[in-house]
Amino acid sequence: MVAMPIPDAEVMARRGEIVTALRRILLASHVIDAAPALRAYESDGLAAYRQPPLVVALPETTEQVSQVLRYAHDNGVKVVPRGAGTSLSGGALPLADGILLGMAKFNRVLEVDFANRSAVVQPGVTNLAITKAVEHKGFYYAPDPSSQIACTIGGNVAENSGGVHCLKYGLTTNNILGLEMVLVTGEVIRLGGKHLDSEGYDLLGLMTGSEGLLGVVTEVTVRILQKPETARALLVGFASSEDGGQCVADVIAAGIIPGGMEMMDRPAIHAAEDFAHCGYPRDAEALLIIELDGPQVEVDHLMDRVKAIAEKNKAQTVKVSTSEAERLAFWAGRKSAFPAVGRISPDYICMDGTIPRKALPQVLRGMEELSRKHGLRVANVFHAGDGNLHPLILFDANTDNEFDRAEAFGADILRLCVKVGGVLTGEHGVGIEKRDLMPEMFSDADLAQQQRVKCAFDEKGLLNPGKVFPVLHRCAELGRMHVSKGNLPHPDLPRF
Amino acid sequence: MTRTMAPRTEDELAELVAAAQAPLRIQGLGTKMALGNPVDTTTVLSLKHFAGIAVYEPEELILEAGATTPLADIEKLLRKHGQMLAFEPPDLSSLLGSPSSGSLGGIVACGLSGPRRIRAGAARDHVLGFSAVTGSGQRIRAGARVVKNVTGYDLAKLATGSYGSLAAMTSIIVKVLPLPETEETIVLRHLDDETAVRLMADAMQSPADVSAAAHVPGEATWLRLEGIAPSVVARRDRLVKLLGRDAGILGQKDSARLWAGLRDVKPFWGLREHAVWRVSTTPTDGAKVAAAIAANLEASHFFDWAGGLLWLAVAGADDGGQSVIRSSLPTGHATLVRAPEAVRARVSAFMPQPPALAALSTRVKQSFDPRNLFNPGIMVKG
Repeated sequence: MVAMPIPDAEVMARRGEIVTALRRILLASHVIDAAPALRAYESDGLAAYRQPPLVVALPETTEQVSQVLRYAHDNGVKVVPRGAGTSLSGGALPLADGILLGMAKFNRVLEVDFANRSAVVQPGVTNLAITKAVEHKGFYYAPDPSSQIACTIGGNVAENSGGVHCLKYGLTTNNILGLEMVLVTGEVIRLGGKHLDSEGYDLLGLMTGSEGLLGVVTEVTVRILQKPETARALLVGFASSEDGGQCVADVIAAGIIPGGMEMMDRPAIHAAEDFAHCGYPRDAEALLIIELDGPQVEVDHLMDRVKAIAEKNKAQTVKVSTSEAERLAFWAGRKSAFPAVGRISPDYICMDGTIPRKALPQVLRGMEELSRKHGLRVANVFHAGDGNLHPLILFDANTDNEFDRAEAFGADILRLCVKVGGVLTGEHGVGIEKRDLMPEMFSDADLAQQQRVKCAFDEKGLLNPGKVFPVLHRCAELGRMHVSKGNLPHPDLPRF
Repeated sequence: MTRTMAPRTEDELAELVAAAQAPLRIQGLGTKMALGNPVDTTTVLSLKHFAGIAVYEPEELILEAGATTPLADIEKLLRKHGQMLAFEPPDLSSLLGSPSSGSLGGIVACGLSGPRRIRAGAARDHVLGFSAVTGSGQRIRAGARVVKNVTGYDLAKLATGSYGSLAAMTSIIVKVLPLPETEETIVLRHLDDETAVRLMADAMQSPADVSAAAHVPGEATWLRLEGIAPSVVARRDRLVKLLGRDAGILGQKDSARLWAGLRDVKPFWGLREHAVWRVSTTPTDGAKVAAAIAANLEASHFFDWAGGLLWLAVAGADDGGQSVIRSSLPTGHATLVRAPEAVRARVSAFMPQPPALAALSTRVKQSFDPRNLFNPGIMVKG
């Protein structure tokens, strides 16, 4: 288990006073301090980690967010922002000595502006609700994380969320135009807007994916797109992951960027087929779903090319969807991969690394070895177009030390991803889950620079501490510290 | 007297920066020294030795090159493999009177994007990572050679458009994408600004997947479609029908030539003595903003980005037209791109920011460059 910072006993002793102060800012019922009610907030999507917060605050206006943060800042109280709590990396895990700032009441779509292809929404609006608000005119919001029915746009901004269509349509960062946010001091700033380019440092880009450590988002201007006229999918089975991987590379080398390009390995194929009976070939070592979207004539034309590329790469089975029902059936297995794996194993954890695609066979082989080493099974689903790998590690939490072994296995997989030139996280964020692995990818100097940026926003380190960075540094010391690899300059500071 | 230092390795660069006692003007190929506010230094830090394409993997959609690698070299190599920098980096050499389109680092540092920005995103959307030396002489790396990555803060976004004021970039990783197989442009004539901006908005809202939309008053309004031939033809026919106007069509070659010219601000190449502004505003406000400026100022203008990018050329005004232009903007920014020395000396290239944002930006700058060594004053006029 990743350790969290030791709670500040002095702050915890002031709990009553903090609750009273929050009730002066917010409606009494929007400040939650009763133990049973706090438990609803004790974890996010990384459910193995649980910690009830000191108190929950549920502001309704930007002004209230500003007042809560100013109070916390003036009184040295930590704050953890939370959207829907669907983070898979523990980004919204509460702190025992911190206010949990729930943004769920910011749930309104403020404006839809079709002529400028944008919408202005509050951060607690769910990802899917944005699409619902604009689809009557044929528009949608492109990033589609699998939790889109529940996750909020504020959380998407914090995590720079992705989805299966990222390769063609980008992540959250490529689909938002503006933010209103509150700094920990209570100052309100606006970044970007409906205009495309802004002067000054791209703080909008920096905020996106900053995991709640830099500020609290109170309004988001998103870009909306016309829905593609049609979509068709191709289901291809291969005898080896090498063939599947080469097929993906050849599609891209042919100048085709599919709307989605998903791969599953044999264990994932079997789990999905057993669960959803979707017609996946059980004899395949790798299964690809390639979805093309756009105008009918374009999709039909490119589908022929993609089919030819698949056949050239020794595809064993090739099926092209001929109806919308069939397309959805192809996806049914992939989309149920998580519950399907949940059925064959009491517990699983979902990892999230990105690798250069060409390293896929090497990484899959390495994972087989690691699977033997740790004595746990793994199934892989893979956003193959952009190299984003989701190994699902199967374990039983009720069996002696299996959770610890699963975590160790996961860490080894991510080390492998970094070793082949990849990264620790493609879309789930670092949070607490990958926090202690950050030095695998970054030097001390790299991490110190990132922390200095944090200090520019939050000098007291009050916003979501304990996430992202493996070692907490005091800002004043970062300013003058000399870093050299492996030689930590301040052994007296807490490492956790 | 100007002194130039040109370190050969990252270590040399780091040592030199750590030992620096006076501000440094960072320079790549030197083609964009006119952009941003003038920098008052006598020492140039040349990054000319950080050039060359280190990695190009077409199938992974990534390229990493030294910051001072000529953009032309990169584009040539990409074209050979049927790929491109999708943000359509402009070549401002004719506008700025510089000898070439400059380097990858220059385009990234200035955050410049061309007509396809409305569809494919800006430079910032295509920069995946970089290596650099910070103002405290630390070597850092951010991002990675993969297209999907959320590990740590996205410092690549910060570096893009920072005009060299945060760190001396030595190497940059960019996302590359397939070149469209073909393109065509729909030409509409005799539209006033307001009608043109409205029709461009209509086109952008249609399923036609328009990749560029521009309007030059008195000349024409253009809508570009890119992709595979049968798709371009089908979308063109439907879009022309939707617009319900007489339309001409430019084939691939003429279309490419037209958009290269608009990208490179060709309509203003002849206006040597004018102050040139780049105004980014809400696209549907474009015509209103242009009209408000024209009511109080002698200025030429044209629109890109479906009205969201307004290029202005102003002659004669002591302040280059600043007071009129900046007070006419309901949203967005007016950036001074080129102006006579006297105007540049008194007018800030960028608009002042609200106090909380300005203070935050200063702290971000200090986090990279605590001694204010790199291009001091280039973003905030001192």
